[in-house]
Amino acid sequence: MERLTFEYAATKSVPKRAYVGVVGSGDLEVLLEPLEDKKAYVTVRTRFDGFEQIWKDILDRFFENNDIAAKIEINDFGATPGMVSMRLLQALEVSQDDKTQR
Amino acid sequence: MDISKLTNDSRRSWTTRREKKARQIAKVQKLVNGQVIPTDKIVEALEALIMPGDCVALEGNNQKQASFLSSALNQVNPDKVNNLHMVMSSISRPEHLDIFEKGIAKLLDFSFAGPQSLRMAQMIEDGTVTVGSIHTYLELYGRLFVDLTPNIALVAADKADAQGNLYTGPNTEETPTIVEATAFRDGIVIAQVNELTDELPRVDIPGSWVDFVVVSDKPYQLEALFTRDPRQISEMHILMGMMAIRGIYERHNIQSLNHGVGFNTAAIELLLPTYGESLGLKGRICKNWALNPHPTLIPAIESGWVDSVHCFGGEVGMEKYVAARPDIFFTGKDGSLRSNRAMCQVAGQYAVDAFVGSTLQMDAYGNSSTVTLGRLAGYGGAPNMGSDPHGRRHSSDAWLNMITGESEIQRGKKLVIQMVETFQQGNKPVFVESLDAIKVGQDAKLPIAPVMVYGDDVTHVVTEEGIAYLYKAQNEEERKQALAAIAGVTPLGKESTADLKQRLRENGVIAFPEDLKVKRTDAKRSLLAARSIDDLVDWSGGLYEPPAKFRSW
Repeated sequence: MERLTFEYAATKSVPKRAYVGVVGSGDLEVLLEPLEDKKAYVTVRTRFDGFEQIWKDILDRFFENNDIAAKIEINDFGATPGMVSMRLLQALEVSQDDKTQR
Repeated sequence: MDISKLTNDSRRSWTTRREKKARQIAKVQKLVNGQVIPTDKIVEALEALIMPGDCVALEGNNQKQASFLSSALNQVNPDKVNNLHMVMSSISRPEHLDIFEKGIAKLLDFSFAGPQSLRMAQMIEDGTVTVGSIHTYLELYGRLFVDLTPNIALVAADKADAQGNLYTGPNTEETPTIVEATAFRDGIVIAQVNELTDELPRVDIPGSWVDFVVVSDKPYQLEALFTRDPRQISEMHILMGMMAIRGIYERHNIQSLNHGVGFNTAAIELLLPTYGESLGLKGRICKNWALNPHPTLIPAIESGWVDSVHCFGGEVGMEKYVAARPDIFFTGKDGSLRSNRAMCQVAGQYAVDAFVGSTLQMDAYGNSSTVTLGRLAGYGGAPNMGSDPHGRRHSSDAWLNMITGESEIQRGKKLVIQMVETFQQGNKPVFVESLDAIKVGQDAKLPIAPVMVYGDDVTHVVTEEGIAYLYKAQNEEERKQALAAIAGVTPLGKESTADLKQRLRENGVIAFPEDLKVKRTDAKRSLLAARSIDDLVDWSGGLYEPPAKFRSW
């Protein structure tokens, strides 16, 4: 069991909280809450130790493209990096609630 | 011109193969009853019928195995039968390699060794097996008629009658091809059958092509390889499936196609009746298929998407369903499926708009391989379908759509679509600097690296990040950039930048879900037309009978 924390500077705010994902093998759940400060804080809990660099790569890239002020909690059950990125972007979609996108 | 000087030897016999066959068959006359070899005499019969050094085609592909005959061959005395040249589609069973350890066989020409890939690689390295070549199915079938014509064919059928007529039913697969090559150049054809009967449901192979039949102690081995349980389809597979339907199938108007076996393609099959329907695509795309009877195609068939399906082989549990849908499937007068691996490979190579497959490794130029270190899995049929056949001359919208140049002489291209997640389970990147196939090829002393699908044939790559329209890339560098742009956080993906991605998007060389109006939060399992094997049974009206390992009760 590993607990990883990451912190990023942020400029954009998101309107509302979001919860996406599945508690199940090969998946993960993501909880995203808007923050007042110009900061993003990410906590990752994972049973799979030793992948800190990949988590950092995924989150660096996510915040490079979407520098949102938010507190993000991730509970990982062995998701692939592709699944993690998809869930993060889904959480962003929900928090922005952009039903008009289609 | 004096012809008599040019003919090398007027005393030459032109019937040596025929005479050899007659001599071998004469040796077993005391063992056999007409064309029937008694079950308990099979080893003795093989020892008499097979000569050292003979070329032996042993039937076994990724589905049906002549398992009784392969285990009998494994019991022959190596002092009597040895140094055989084996020609086999698939190295699947332990005895397929045991015969090399015992010296019964020496030389091997094959296509696929998936289930034995680890031992295969070791035995080549140790020199226990000498490999002629590793082929695709069609190449191997082709060579049966050129320079690998068998002296002996050991094949499997469901039923035979006393005249040697064979019923192969839904699992006809490659039996007719092997038998034809052997029978018509004076080889000896021996068929194991599950049952001897007076009346066959239909004749798949005429008795005059068959020399002997033997009733096996138990039915031939048959694998359910093409069943994917919808429970295991993840929302990422669904997202990728939605992108493929929107960004490739719809965009290029794909009418006819082959799907490799995997969860991405299973997701697409189950999205057609729901997501595809919502896009108004029913009756417009995905009408004609070269495909095994995938249970996950049932909902698309039942909801009227599919006009026709031709099959390489059968699929365990699909027999009754297929028999009840003769408008869709190729079936015989008895009602059951007629599959034919060689014909379906031809169809999949030449006659379809698109191939959709997956792989374990892909390099920066789109070359891909399922060979990983220490394992030599071979090819099977994917390279036939996953290549652009330069002999194609008929056109279709999708084929013409791949033309990017301006010249007056142009040819279209088959769509070769690879769907891969950027990382495999266990966080191994799929996008790699160098394919393991290169090292495996060197270790096994192969003349070329065993590449499954060459990059220059690949037109599209789909990952969870987006689609790379490789056929649109101007040059090698842009191909690499397009792949990097959808390669996530793999080392290749990290070479890409936000600016570069933006430029590629504007040029239409890549597309992200938002560019295709695919919303990531819509990628839900509730979008699948069936979410379990039970759902598939329901869709089939109870006609699909899943094998025990796929049942949930």
